[in-house]
Amino acid sequence: MRLVDDDPAGRRDVPLRITVDGEPVAGITGQTIAGVLLASGHRAWRTGPSGAPRGVFCGIGVCFDCLVTVNGVRDVRACARRAHEGDTVTTQSRAQGDLR
Amino acid sequence: MTRRVVVVGAGPAGLGAAAGALRAGAAVTLLDAAENPGGQYHRMLPGAFAAADPGRLHHGWRGFERLRDHVLGHARCDWWPESAVWAVERPDRGVPHVHVLRGEADGAGRARHVLVPDALVLAPGAHDRVLPFPGWELPGVHTAGAAQALVKGERLVIGDSVLIAGTGPFLLPVAASLLDAGAAVHGVLEANTASTVARGWGRRPWELPAESGKAGELAGYLGLLARRRVPYRTGRAVVEARGDGRVEEAVTARLRPDWSVVPGTERTIAVDALCVTHGFSPRLELPVAAGCALRDGAFTEVDADQRTSVPGVHAAGEITGIAGAQAARTEGLLAGWIAGGGAPDAPEAVRTRRSRDRARAFAARLAAAHPIGAAWPGWLRPETVVCRCEETTYGALLSAGGDPSRNSAHAVRLGTRAGLGPCQGRICGPTVAELLPDAGGNPHHRPVAQPIRLGELAQPPVENPIENTDRKESAR
Ligand SMILES: Cc1cc2nc3c(=O)[nH]c(=O)nc-3n(C[C@H](O)[C@H](O)[C@H](O)COP(=O)(O)OP(=O)(O)OC[C@H]3O[C@@H](n4cnc5c(N)ncnc54)[C@H](O)[C@@H]3O)c2cc1C
Ligand code: FES
Repeated sequence: MRLVDDDPAGRRDVPLRITVDGEPVAGITGQTIAGVLLASGHRAWRTGPSGAPRGVFCGIGVCFDCLVTVNGVRDVRACARRAHEGDTVTTQSRAQGDLR
Repeated sequence: MTRRVVVVGAGPAGLGAAAGALRAGAAVTLLDAAENPGGQYHRMLPGAFAAADPGRLHHGWRGFERLRDHVLGHARCDWWPESAVWAVERPDRGVPHVHVLRGEADGAGRARHVLVPDALVLAPGAHDRVLPFPGWELPGVHTAGAAQALVKGERLVIGDSVLIAGTGPFLLPVAASLLDAGAAVHGVLEANTASTVARGWGRRPWELPAESGKAGELAGYLGLLARRRVPYRTGRAVVEARGDGRVEEAVTARLRPDWSVVPGTERTIAVDALCVTHGFSPRLELPVAAGCALRDGAFTEVDADQRTSVPGVHAAGEITGIAGAQAARTEGLLAGWIAGGGAPDAPEAVRTRRSRDRARAFAARLAAAHPIGAAWPGWLRPETVVCRCEETTYGALLSAGGDPSRNSAHAVRLGTRAGLGPCQGRICGPTVAELLPDAGGNPHHRPVAQPIRLGELAQPPVENPIENTDRKESAR
């Protein structure tokens, strides 16, 4: 999981920074939150009812596997939401007893 | 008075519909949940990337840019990006009212609007259908569409060591995009056998020349695979994904024409990403909510002019049948022309109908080459997850289905929770319906098409703010 380097599409990268569960994570402007997470090496961030890890499945806002909390608002589809400088992302869980 | 047409979805079908309705003289409001038009086929890079050569990633990019600029720049067109249609309803049995949330995806406090059009064109498209297999819920297992959307839409390569599997022509452009982006693609596995694929392609060969564009596009992908020495294997599928907390290996096996596994042909291959698709599921919640009749319970039924069974409601693109971007665009042109009040026998309508029929015939050929084999549940185990959201297993579903006290879709859902999680059965619905055919129920019935927050629901909506054209002109 990485961005295409030396991109033939001629991309210009403007860096941005978000935090994920308090840790700073670097991305580039225009990426979705899922894109920032994947490109920085996070393959999974949410957990299902059994505690099993989940990340991106459908990539287009249909499966709801990728849900995160953004700036205090729960259940945001990370694959559909653009990241903004300074966004505070916290991960979510559906496992019993896990209060995220 | 000018007719007001609302078009939901700005993919190939929706952009075509907007163009058709504008041509017929109507005022158009074009909505999409995404920030940019283009839909899945012409998914645009974010503006912030300031890409110098975005067309390099696409087929038919020039034509798309022309259509997009014509529609979005038209004085009678209002373009609403980041506008999710969460409900349609028919309070007076007339043309449905369209309920819209405007603002960032899943944001809190988006503005609510209700549009009351003279005619409605629905063009929300489709998403990948993925049949379950053991381990498909592991991180690193993605739909092929996810890999394509991420690489086309934000230049992210989903893995360095990738296997692409399932069925359908869509496996090929995904492989091409990943190769172009520098991933190592270990192979493309088509579950159907060579003879099934060849039989589909060989039917009615006289139809081929008319669609040489699409056939040429597919041939180009096969050529690329050959040059890069990426094997394209027919009659082989991924039957299991394994790994500790993420996919590490894929188990593949040979299949018979009915997709039963040939024992003893299993092989494992190390991967860091697995991209799977078994075709597409149309997004039917809006047509179902509008009261449109379905064809075979699977697609929106339309007549020769793209009218649905509900007066004033037209449908185009993948919700009427999986036929690819070219068919979607021509269906849209016709749907928009008719919705905008254009004459069905106008020469351009006749021409559009003809090219739509050619594109559809080509799609029928592809569909025949890539059916889903009936024996696929053979690779499931009792503990295999079927509903990803609720982690309902195959075993739990079978015992609920066999329990006579639960012999309805509703009872099976309540008993197993399959289809009751956050995705509302979008992913598992068709599969559960296929595994338990007796349980009945409409897997596409979903009163809320896009999530809405309670606070937003409590806000009174702005009624009918279809821009009046003069205002738009003076604002320019
Ligand atoms: C992820 C993915 C990637 C694909 N990539 C390719 C490819 O590279 N090559 C190829 O040949 N085919 C591809 N396809 C197949 C593709 O579906 C068709 O080729 C084509 O895009 C269909 O056109 P359409 O207009 O019917 O739908 P789409 O292109 O899917 O457009 C539908 C639009 O409607 C919008 N929408 C849906 N619901 C709502 C709502 N409730 N409110 C507001 N807006 C809504 C969506 O945001 C979308 O922009 C892909 C399919 C998927 C699912
Ligand atoms: S990955 Fe499916 S909704 Fe985001």
